[in-house]
Amino acid sequence: MSNVLQLDNIVMRFGGVTAVNDLTLHVNKGQIVALIGPNGAGKTTAFNVVTGVYTPTSGKILFNGKDITALKPHKITQLGIARTFQNIRLFKELTVMENVLIAKHLHLKHGLFSTALHLPWARKEEKEMRIECEELLAKVGLIDLKEEVASSLPYGQQRHLEIARALATNPKLLLLDEPAAGMNPQETSELTHFIKNIKNEFDMTVFMIEHHMDLVMEISDAIYVLDFGELIAQGTPDQIQQNEKVIAAYLGVEEDA
Amino acid sequence: MTLDAQTFMQHLANGISVGSLYALIAIGYTMVYGILRLINFAHGDIFMMAAYFAFFGIAVFHLPWYVAFLLVIGVTVLLGAGIEKAAYRPLRDAPKSSVLISAIGVSFLLENLATFLFSGKPKAFPDFPAMTRVLEIKGISIQVLTLVVPLVTILLLFILLFIVNHTKLGMAMRAVSKDYEIAQVMGIKIDRIIAYTFGIGSSLAAIGAILWGMKYPQVSPLMGVMPGLKCFIAAVIGGIGNIKGAVMGGFILGLAEVLLVAAFSSLTGYRDAIAFILLIIILLVRPTGLLGEKTAEKV
Amino acid sequence: MKKRVKTKTQLPLKNRWLLNIGAIVFLIAFIFIANQFLDSYIRRILNLCAIYTILGLSMNLINGFTGLFSLGQAGFMAIGAYAVAIFTVPLEARATIFYLEPMHPAISHIRLPFVVALLLGGLLAALAAFLIGAPVLRLRGDYLAIATLGFSEIIRIVFTNIQNITNGALGIKNIPTISNLWWTWGIALIVISSMVLLIRSSYGRAFKAIREDEIAAEAMGIGLFKHKVIAFMISAFMAGIGGGLFAALLGTVDPKQFYFTLTYNFLLIIVLGGMGSISGTIMSAFIVTIGLEWLRFLDEPLSIAGISIPLFRPGLRMVVFSLLLMGVVLFYRKGLMGQTELSWERIIGFFKKFGKKEGSQVGGDLSE
Repeated sequence: MSNVLQLDNIVMRFGGVTAVNDLTLHVNKGQIVALIGPNGAGKTTAFNVVTGVYTPTSGKILFNGKDITALKPHKITQLGIARTFQNIRLFKELTVMENVLIAKHLHLKHGLFSTALHLPWARKEEKEMRIECEELLAKVGLIDLKEEVASSLPYGQQRHLEIARALATNPKLLLLDEPAAGMNPQETSELTHFIKNIKNEFDMTVFMIEHHMDLVMEISDAIYVLDFGELIAQGTPDQIQQNEKVIAAYLGVEEDA
Repeated sequence: MTLDAQTFMQHLANGISVGSLYALIAIGYTMVYGILRLINFAHGDIFMMAAYFAFFGIAVFHLPWYVAFLLVIGVTVLLGAGIEKAAYRPLRDAPKSSVLISAIGVSFLLENLATFLFSGKPKAFPDFPAMTRVLEIKGISIQVLTLVVPLVTILLLFILLFIVNHTKLGMAMRAVSKDYEIAQVMGIKIDRIIAYTFGIGSSLAAIGAILWGMKYPQVSPLMGVMPGLKCFIAAVIGGIGNIKGAVMGGFILGLAEVLLVAAFSSLTGYRDAIAFILLIIILLVRPTGLLGEKTAEKV
Repeated sequence: MKKRVKTKTQLPLKNRWLLNIGAIVFLIAFIFIANQFLDSYIRRILNLCAIYTILGLSMNLINGFTGLFSLGQAGFMAIGAYAVAIFTVPLEARATIFYLEPMHPAISHIRLPFVVALLLGGLLAALAAFLIGAPVLRLRGDYLAIATLGFSEIIRIVFTNIQNITNGALGIKNIPTISNLWWTWGIALIVISSMVLLIRSSYGRAFKAIREDEIAAEAMGIGLFKHKVIAFMISAFMAGIGGGLFAALLGTVDPKQFYFTLTYNFLLIIVLGGMGSISGTIMSAFIVTIGLEWLRFLDEPLSIAGISIPLFRPGLRMVVFSLLLMGVVLFYRKGLMGQTELSWERIIGFFKKFGKKEGSQVGGDLSE
């Protein structure tokens, strides 16, 4: 199995605070890998380092063997890593369709002038973009809502839309930051299926942060556990469930789920 | 052109004095920005109104100067806090751009109102012989005012720093500027703290306006525009939100303007552009300003 | 409130085209008649409406659609205006205009046709936007406002000082004027159409994405800096064109015309029309321009039954104008249109059920 994402000794400091210390992990192609840990463990910081929001203090990030450390977020997305956010960041005032179309912008082949003036070849490209987006929305079950404004969607569907939008960039790796945050058990179980489907349908590799242990244990192929910025355990769901350090640091004080 | 030591000292003193005036106004910007993250575009015009108040108090109503000055400061404080209440408070939950537009609107309104009420023609600020008297120190001739202005500024800076660092009000101000929502949860009456902040900023603008009027004895509806813009820039140079920074920025800007024009007389026409060029340089080199802290946006 | 109600009754494409063509024919007929029969004062106001439409759209592209708070319009306008002034003023008039200091020999013998000078002005404004954009577009929102305002002032200060190019504070007179409506309205129509096309393209969506959420836009692979610079340059180009037309309408330019408060006019237009609405901007440009003219009576002394009302004297008009801006921001924040557009469906719907307004839908805009 080949390595899609590889983090080598990542350290991220803010002033005197070390948010992530010496993190080394890898995500294999076709797997769902979860990063878990108590609040403030540095999970989101790790994501922000991978997606270029922060530049790590030291360490290296490889994506399909290519060094992507310190690249800008949009460059990283263009290379094939797409993400969602812990506190949903949709383009709220825009429609579902527009949200997904925007994610296709990075694949635009024609230049500003042809595109802006809707020249015939750009029209064709726009048409193809729309067809692709409609197909995607159909696959994720949002097609009937395509003309709705994103902020008018129910919470669960906003989450789905955010994932669909990330998929529209045609990523090779999907990063989900707490996709089940704020969801009730019903919504969580829907999401579990949703992620599984995506993995199969799009042959996707998924790296996610999650608190809901049911979800994590059910769909993860591998789990990494962070505590106070340090990696304290890694392994399969079964191994993690039996790991004493993890139970002490995390499962013991786990409240939500 | 070369400068001999005497001329240089004279320009230096002048630069420090201009800089002190900038500093007084810049503090108002920096305090409001620190708490509301808003460029109070109207601050320069509050300064202008204060100059008119002083003009009316002394030249029209012939009040004794100390009564007039106290009244000017009081009325300006009310004006500043009133503007906050009428134009900014209703927009507390609105997008930031709406508040900024409102601030621009207030600024424009004050300028137009002053033109309408007091006519566009400049009025002469009353003369204060005690201040405009020229002293000869080691061959350098210097106005008393040039020495008084920096002293007043430094004194006010110390009072202000004491308020901010050692009083309950100051603690509340710092709390609000650090985290608005948490401060609210902690039971701090945000609106009151913001009103006080505007009041303090406006009082400094009023003192600045009085000193400004003594230095450049002319009052006009647009007199606040350039100082306003420049002092905001001074606040940015020093690190917006930081009071000491604002004072530092004011001095730097004042000195840069006076000394650059003195050294290169061809720059005279460009004097007002210096601030904006400094702004662009500082934002490129050190966007947080000289004393500002780096803040990362939460994702 | 934010929900866009889907209009079930979208007009067939053919009908919409017919309506569009009808509107354009009507407009052309109107311009023709206006040129023939309206007096020069009204023509001038109509010209100004078209120019303010262009400038309003220019400002809305950057502020309303891309979400960047820029206050540089007066500066870009000045560049366009001076390009037209410098390059279209008759060669024989130049010596008398530039009497303090003769015009720089490099440009003193160059005279360009109006259209070329106009385009040059737009391009120079876009170039200036590129140069200024490189440093300032990396700034956060409110710093950008000050930096662009500062830039606009620097332009004015520079134009006041380069005597042998701009004639300094004296300004340039005797610019050949345009007095018919074809130029201004024709160009305004081109600008409106291009703007509609741009906003409906993938780039338009990218701009809106930046407005909605920069971090999310960047995470979707949109290069923030590149797209901001593009929006800024297009906006400046439009402002330059608007400035050029302005110079040709007035026949004279001087630095004082481009004081940064000029930008506030366009700010009022986009705030009133709706930040992020093209049709709103057009309507609002007309309302503001005509309103400002109409309000002129406020500056005249007024006496009722022989008693003069002391309130009416020079300056009142601008007080009312600034109160209007405040009023819109405080009580009518979305403006006329918010982020929506006028469509035929909407107009028809409005007329069908008069008082009962509902249903807004993006699409079927005036000019397509």
